[in-house]
Amino acid sequence: MSTDATLSFEEAMEKYDPVLGFEVHVELNTKTKMFSSAPNVFGDEPNTNVNEVDLGMPGVLPVVNKTAIESSIKIGLALNCKIAETCRFARKNYFYPDTPKNFQTSQYDEPIAYDGYLDIELSDGTVFRVEIERAHMEEDAGKLTHMGGAAGRIQGADYSLVDYNRSGVPLVEIVTKPIQGAGSRAPELAKAYVAAVREIVKNLGVSDAKMERGNVRCDANVSLRPHGRERFGIRSETKNVNSLRAVEHAVRYEIQRHAAVLDSGEPVIQETRHWHEDTRSTTSGRAKSDADDYRYFPEPDLVPIVASREWVEELRATLPEPPAERRKRLQADWGYSDLEFRDVVNAGVMDEIEETIAAGATATVARKWWMGEIVGRAKNADVDPGQLGVKPETIVELNKMVEAGKINNKMAAEVLDGVLAGEGTPAEIVEKRGLAVVSDDGPLLEAIDAALAAQPDVADKIRGGKVQAIGAIVGAVMKATRGQADAGRVRELILERLGVEG
Amino acid sequence: MAAINRDDVAHLARLAHIEMSAEELDRMAGELAVIVESVKSVSEAAGDDVPATSHPIPLTNVFREDVVGHTFTSEQSLSGAPDAYEGRFKVPAILDED
Amino acid sequence: MTENNVLIRLSAAALARKLAAGEVTSVEVTQAYLDRIAAVDGGPRGVHAFLHVNTEEALAVAAEVDAIRAAGGAPAAELHELAGVPIAVKDLIVTIGQPTTAGSKILEGWHSPYDATVVKRLRDAKMPILGKTNLDEFAMGSSTEHSAYGPTRNPWDLDRIPGGSGGGSAAAVAAFEAPLALGTDTGGSIRQPGAVTGTVGVKPTYGSVSRYGAIAMASSLDQIGPVSRTVLDSALLHQVIGGHDPHDSTSLPDPLEDLVAAARLGNVDGMKIGIIKELHGEGYQAGVENRFNESLELLKQAGAEIVEVSCPNFKYALGAYYLIMPSEASSNLAKFDGVRYGLRVLPKDAPLTIERVMGATRAAGFGDEVKRRIILGTYALSAGYYDAYYGSAQKVRTLIQRDFEAAFAQADVLISPTAPTTAFKLGEKLNDPLAMYLNDVATIPANMAGVPGLSLPGGLADEDGLPVGIQLLAPARQDARLYRVGAVLESLLEAQWGGPLLDKAPELATSVVEPAETLETQEAK
Repeated sequence: MSTDATLSFEEAMEKYDPVLGFEVHVELNTKTKMFSSAPNVFGDEPNTNVNEVDLGMPGVLPVVNKTAIESSIKIGLALNCKIAETCRFARKNYFYPDTPKNFQTSQYDEPIAYDGYLDIELSDGTVFRVEIERAHMEEDAGKLTHMGGAAGRIQGADYSLVDYNRSGVPLVEIVTKPIQGAGSRAPELAKAYVAAVREIVKNLGVSDAKMERGNVRCDANVSLRPHGRERFGIRSETKNVNSLRAVEHAVRYEIQRHAAVLDSGEPVIQETRHWHEDTRSTTSGRAKSDADDYRYFPEPDLVPIVASREWVEELRATLPEPPAERRKRLQADWGYSDLEFRDVVNAGVMDEIEETIAAGATATVARKWWMGEIVGRAKNADVDPGQLGVKPETIVELNKMVEAGKINNKMAAEVLDGVLAGEGTPAEIVEKRGLAVVSDDGPLLEAIDAALAAQPDVADKIRGGKVQAIGAIVGAVMKATRGQADAGRVRELILERLGVEG
Repeated sequence: MAAINRDDVAHLARLAHIEMSAEELDRMAGELAVIVESVKSVSEAAGDDVPATSHPIPLTNVFREDVVGHTFTSEQSLSGAPDAYEGRFKVPAILDED
Repeated sequence: MTENNVLIRLSAAALARKLAAGEVTSVEVTQAYLDRIAAVDGGPRGVHAFLHVNTEEALAVAAEVDAIRAAGGAPAAELHELAGVPIAVKDLIVTIGQPTTAGSKILEGWHSPYDATVVKRLRDAKMPILGKTNLDEFAMGSSTEHSAYGPTRNPWDLDRIPGGSGGGSAAAVAAFEAPLALGTDTGGSIRQPGAVTGTVGVKPTYGSVSRYGAIAMASSLDQIGPVSRTVLDSALLHQVIGGHDPHDSTSLPDPLEDLVAAARLGNVDGMKIGIIKELHGEGYQAGVENRFNESLELLKQAGAEIVEVSCPNFKYALGAYYLIMPSEASSNLAKFDGVRYGLRVLPKDAPLTIERVMGATRAAGFGDEVKRRIILGTYALSAGYYDAYYGSAQKVRTLIQRDFEAAFAQADVLISPTAPTTAFKLGEKLNDPLAMYLNDVATIPANMAGVPGLSLPGGLADEDGLPVGIQLLAPARQDARLYRVGAVLESLLEAQWGGPLLDKAPELATSVVEPAETLETQEAK
């Protein structure tokens, strides 16, 4: 793999103005596929979530899934789009073994939703409006596995295997208009935009919205132009950038690469680029060619979709609270300061905190865990915090243990590492690692008696009502038990021992 | 309307994924030229004000409820496969990327 | 005439009556047809209407019907009117348990894992399926010569074509190898073979019979329909296969009209029947024109008013058809690529890539006519040409629909010859695609507009003694009118001929070999 030259981001920004564009594919979570009644299920035995339609058998015909249409309209509405009064599917003709009919049934010049926008809040609170060109419906392709070559790569593979389980899964493709004026905020905006789309479709309940499973996939277009020039530069399209961090990194990398190409006096090639998480760089895919004559024409096996205004309004009425309003409400409910809440949003853990609170934690506890413990671990592991695998129940359980005095905060962090390492539930790990705070009063009382005997003057002071002197005894007990005792319990026992009301 | 020549046919055959010999390309170009000539009146038949008809009988909003129906077993899916391996269709190497 | 020869010449309606009355069993009927197939279909001068004979299953279904009838009671009473009446199915329609080839090498040996909706309906009606009939490859042709498995011969003259693409279904019915058959009609593939073989064929209103399981040529034009020897028989079969199907998005939601009642009613008194000025006269064989005029006279005598209508845009129909059909076909046939089913051919030299395997498979698997249409369609859809070709052709479609609307404002039913000529000789037009295409000039407008059309025998042409077809056209969703007028014309003509036209067909030489052996050689072909 050859490495392309890059300029530093700062230098690239000095010389050029980036223009972005995104195509985000959202897999809908309907029960069945876009055009067939086969189940839309992830990860079963290959070629079993299919019937004759998904395999493109001779003689088959498509029938549109009504729920998929409704989900698409909901997405359009949530993106502030106009909903087409009438629209159609077309055929996009190209040969590829993951495409069973050798055409993709997709909307082309008549998308179901168009002309929308999304207001994106950046980390410092700046609001940036991204214009939405269209949201259109299409079907997913099957899955290819390349065998015999290096690490499942297509290059050098001996043969490929095709599983059509994903074939026909409903997709909504959301296409932005060219995004101008983001400047050096471009990578951050890219990440925030994709995060916002993901949040919207998740909030609507129309997609599982898991990027790691490919429910939300992003193709990022980047071009540069010298500052002050109107005309856009030639763009590259980086395909399948499948995490929020990768979106940010890919846009940043492409800006740096384009800048280097332009600096060398060469033209940028209009092409597909592939993102590589390991090297945090892109490689050249395929240049646009005459093979891109897709010969679109209206799908003759399907009839037009007419979205009556009544139907659209009915669907609008079912829309959940929009994410921006939801954020306002959650901040108020949780009592976070503006800064605290923005940190939570920027760290991408708002949903996780909400789920943790729903599982029984207080807002303060939930924030303490996600922001204090988990975000850092995610950064070290180079994944999004939500992808680390921490369940809300785990946090609730850990917190209960701390509050009950079974473990202290330091131990809890250790237990969390154990959970993430797959060692078991918190309770199991506490047990296995022998982490429990000493709670049997026997050994504690022994230590307390020893401490009181060693400092009789302090004992007298406490007896005499100077309860604040108790710290010296507690400290001695904690030292004797090597920090495993619950300090609160120790205090209680000392007072009891001395016959003083606490 | 443009005439159709041998290079056009070669390009179309590539798009349609049909290998053609030099002799076939020549013959096809000759035959298609005659056919294309005979259909050219079509482009002048209708004015701009005439809408296109893609369905002979207009219907709209034909939908299916989102209810799971039948599926194939792996054996059924692969029953006609020229080549298969571990429950999947096997194809020779793909050089060209999507 | 032997007993079996009497049996196989009965109409489906007559067979149904005899079966219901217990005068004959379905096994006897089915066996008689299987014997007839064995006798006349194989060999170098055989009709070759069948690509596959479904002996075992057909007899099993027949025996099941007989058992139900013999047991009596509710199950017997609930049997469909056509239960036990055998049928042949065009090999473009998928069937579980039998191969489906579409007349192409690319699907040789392929067995569908699912049934077409119409096949399900035949099974529900318990009609034994005799086998799969020959056709032009992927239904592309007007002579059945483009079948990868060799041409079908016209029972009227074995050196002539049986029409196409459904030459197999028409010839099977004309040669008494089946009482009924299913065809598909994209530009005339049911009606034109009906015309040249002296049989009845109906292209129903687009969407009135499900296309699910018919291997698509041109989705917006294709329609499955009945092939038979009488108008009533077509109505009976149409009633079995028609009606809404949720698997076909273009299937009409309307309930099916009572077509059988319309065929039985047979009355044209006071009806207006329109002659389409553009669909007769110049370019039509004299004998065809004569028989057409006689039919008009008969209808007039029966009380119909004959009017002349003009459809000026029909002159663009053929050209527009040869843009829309190949465009849709080029896309519909893309799925045949050697990946999931059917033929896979490896390229002769390295490198072995899937791209090259697809190219080699499609080169070896498709015949010349299919390739021609795929290339033409790819051209018509390609960037820069779409508006001029496909787009313009879709506009012509609107013009043709308007012509039909205007014509049906003046007439209840339209009438024309089905084809401009009688059956031509095998090989005569094989190397002249354009001449072949011209054969569909009168049938294509109905497909372009989605209206129903019926072809019935109109007699024999004076100059060659071969069958002439009369085409009736009705407004969309008014298929019943075709049966009503067709039945009248049929009875008037038959009265003139002194019996069915097919009685005038020459006796076919029958094979001397034992039927069972013939069947085996048939399978081995």
